Amino acid sequence: MRASTAERLTYAADGLPTHRTVPGIVVLPGTREELIDVVRLLAARNVPFVPRGAGTGLSGGALASEDAVLVVLTRLNRIVAIEPLNRRAIVEPGVVNLKLSAAVLPLGLHYAPDPSSQSACTVGGNVAENAGGPHCLKYGVTTNHILSLEVVLADGSVVELGSPAGDAWGPDLVGGFVGSEGNFGVVTRITVKLTPLPRAVRTLLADFLSLRAAGEAVSGIIASGVVPAALEMMDQSCIGAVEDSVYAAGYPRDAAAVLLVELDGRFESAVTSDAEAVDALLRAHGARSVKAASDPAERERLWQGRKKAFGAMGRLSRDLVVQDAVVPRTALPDVLEEIGAIAARYRLRVSNVFHAGDGNLHPNISFDATNPDEHERVQAASAEIMKTCIASGGTITGEHGVGVDKLRYMPAIFDGESLAAMHAVRRVFDPDQRVNPGKVVPLHACREWSAA
Amino acid sequence: MSLIEKITTLLGQDAVLERRSGDEPPRIAPAAPDAVALLLSTANAEGWKVRVEGSGTWMPGDAPADLILTTRRLDKIPALESQDLTVTAESGVGLDVLRRELADRGAWLALDPPGLAGRTLGSVVATASAGPLRLGYGSVRDHLLGLAFVTGDGRLIQSGGKVMKNVAGYDLTRLETGAFGAFGVIVLAHLRLRTLPRADVTWVLEGSREDLTNAVDDINAAMLEPAALELLSPAPARRERWMLAVRLVGSPPHVAAAEQELRIAGGGRLSPLRGEEAQRFWQHAAEGFATKPVVFRVGGLPDGSDGLLDLLQHQVGDDWMLASPTAGSARWAGDTSVDRLLKLRRTLAAREVPLTLERAPWSVRSAVGHFGAYREGVGPLIAGLRKTFDPNGVLVQAAEAAE
Repeated sequence: MRASTAERLTYAADGLPTHRTVPGIVVLPGTREELIDVVRLLAARNVPFVPRGAGTGLSGGALASEDAVLVVLTRLNRIVAIEPLNRRAIVEPGVVNLKLSAAVLPLGLHYAPDPSSQSACTVGGNVAENAGGPHCLKYGVTTNHILSLEVVLADGSVVELGSPAGDAWGPDLVGGFVGSEGNFGVVTRITVKLTPLPRAVRTLLADFLSLRAAGEAVSGIIASGVVPAALEMMDQSCIGAVEDSVYAAGYPRDAAAVLLVELDGRFESAVTSDAEAVDALLRAHGARSVKAASDPAERERLWQGRKKAFGAMGRLSRDLVVQDAVVPRTALPDVLEEIGAIAARYRLRVSNVFHAGDGNLHPNISFDATNPDEHERVQAASAEIMKTCIASGGTITGEHGVGVDKLRYMPAIFDGESLAAMHAVRRVFDPDQRVNPGKVVPLHACREWSAA
Repeated sequence: MSLIEKITTLLGQDAVLERRSGDEPPRIAPAAPDAVALLLSTANAEGWKVRVEGSGTWMPGDAPADLILTTRRLDKIPALESQDLTVTAESGVGLDVLRRELADRGAWLALDPPGLAGRTLGSVVATASAGPLRLGYGSVRDHLLGLAFVTGDGRLIQSGGKVMKNVAGYDLTRLETGAFGAFGVIVLAHLRLRTLPRADVTWVLEGSREDLTNAVDDINAAMLEPAALELLSPAPARRERWMLAVRLVGSPPHVAAAEQELRIAGGGRLSPLRGEEAQRFWQHAAEGFATKPVVFRVGGLPDGSDGLLDLLQHQVGDDWMLASPTAGSARWAGDTSVDRLLKLRRTLAAREVPLTLERAPWSVRSAVGHFGAYREGVGPLIAGLRKTFDPNGVLVQAAEAAE
């Protein structure tokens, strides 16, 4: 238990610097049984609580207020079972994403969802947020890799959702639970799917003199039918930040954008052929150069720049807002231009580094949170960026979640009935709305839902 | 005012279809999602019980109801983005129509559910019926980006969206998928697509089940990642003995390399089906399910697949069975009784294998339920969701056995 002010302050924020609240008390159960006991005690006392993994979330989803208990799950970090024949593993929620992949690597397997924070974030947090990552373009996001869940509900009851092999047992409650941001309960055990490691991999870096051309190249690759393992874009501002940092990857600084394209598969010949097709498409869309990583070390270096881009951008300013939105892939060129215009209008530095193949944008705004005027401009620019993405047919979050940060945008994509339906579903799992209160669904926007 | 008069006033004369027989309830065909909402909100207020149907080729139209809501006029495809590889289609669109429209634009929906070609999209989503391609491309839920559905009391709800990734709000799309109509009427779906495969081949081997199971182990050890790998009982295979079928899909170099490895892993014993033959093979196996009175699916672990097939053969026979040993799942069709189904479900539940009843006469499905023998604590959650999505029980369905 952590009760002192100094200790509680450590947990006042997650990866998003714009929201801070200090939890009333912090509890770190050490076993599954302790976790269940804690939840039962909180139920008996009718105390609201917030489950939290490593706190790397980017939507303020793991924040607890003074009247709530923060239940930190990082000590529940056991890999319970690995079954290579059934291609699955059973883990506790505090297992770090990358540690799971490392544990199954000798078996030629991996856990495919790979958020940029994978060296720190937990599988439990990934489940709550339905986390994505660069390689989700080909392999799917968290929800595509969760077979079953053991959860403890707000009232302290323990329920097994789904079935051992991942087939729904009745309606798909596992699918409903994943991405519910803690609102439906706390996961105590997670059964994940393991995926064979590809035997052949090609990584290409293409650079473009215009953002639009890079965006069009993305659309061209997607429409061609080749499904890259990953298709990432970084703009000039992001390239500069990376190249100025210790993560310098040799990206051309004068490029308007670079695309990092990875192709993988079971067969060398097929991956080579895909790589040739993509190389040709990139050049046809105006790539100035296309470089192929010639060895694993070079591949690692190219990826390091991408994976550490957020860290590198930390050097640009005191604070950084990592935004998250999704647009149809064909809309990328227009939306990127519009984001540039919004940045100019609000006199802000916006750097784009994102999962282009999924249309999943991450416009990152560098700012100084101690400057009230700048803080306000960041909020206004973020809202305009969201509006642009919605207008293109997109959505307000692809992998970071709603948390508290995106609550205000929910009514822009869902009508009152739909929000009320979500709220009613939440109350089936948590009638008193005690788990992670005040997140995901803005209650004031819900039309009355008398049924539940 | 009679029921028909009220509906005619509400939705117009066009929405009321001709009766097929005198004792059948009136069949209403709303032409837009809003009209479905209007109809169900009226049914909710009037206390009418509503049976939902698509093209009428899958679930028998025998559930007792005051009226039938058919989705057949919800047959529009409002958006087909072949560059973006997404499509938005209403739930009454037949899969055959959708497939043709997609193929014309070079796109492909990697779903091959059991049933006739004209089975509607809504039916496939509501029952979460994936076919052999599930191994390579995922189950129905993995193809869905978002849905619109109407609750039993007539609320039109949107979930998800039409972009590749979306975590805005709870995932109601997945709750709806495979709920067998208990959580509302699906009216529209946003789906992710692939480009039409440039190479698509099927290799087969006939033999005893034991022999074929050994071949499967060899193929699995080679980590070929086929699009489908099925064991078929003799009838769907149209052979004397069981058959192993391996479908390889992708770019020509990928398929060529996979064929090469398959030859080695299979000891050169598998042979390819040529051209139209492969398509007819899979189609025959899928369509046969629509001709049997009872269809169910079971989902176990891969390492228990052989034992699961033994159990099914022993308890209900293997007249029409397709199994995916790599996934651990199987689909069965034939004739059997309520008692046998209930007993089988209990036996399987003890092995942590769910049995989902996919198709049966009302007398069977109302007594067995599409689902049942839940793990502890799950029943109340499902009951709560039912109450949320259909508070007054307007929708006639058999998700669970009648009390």
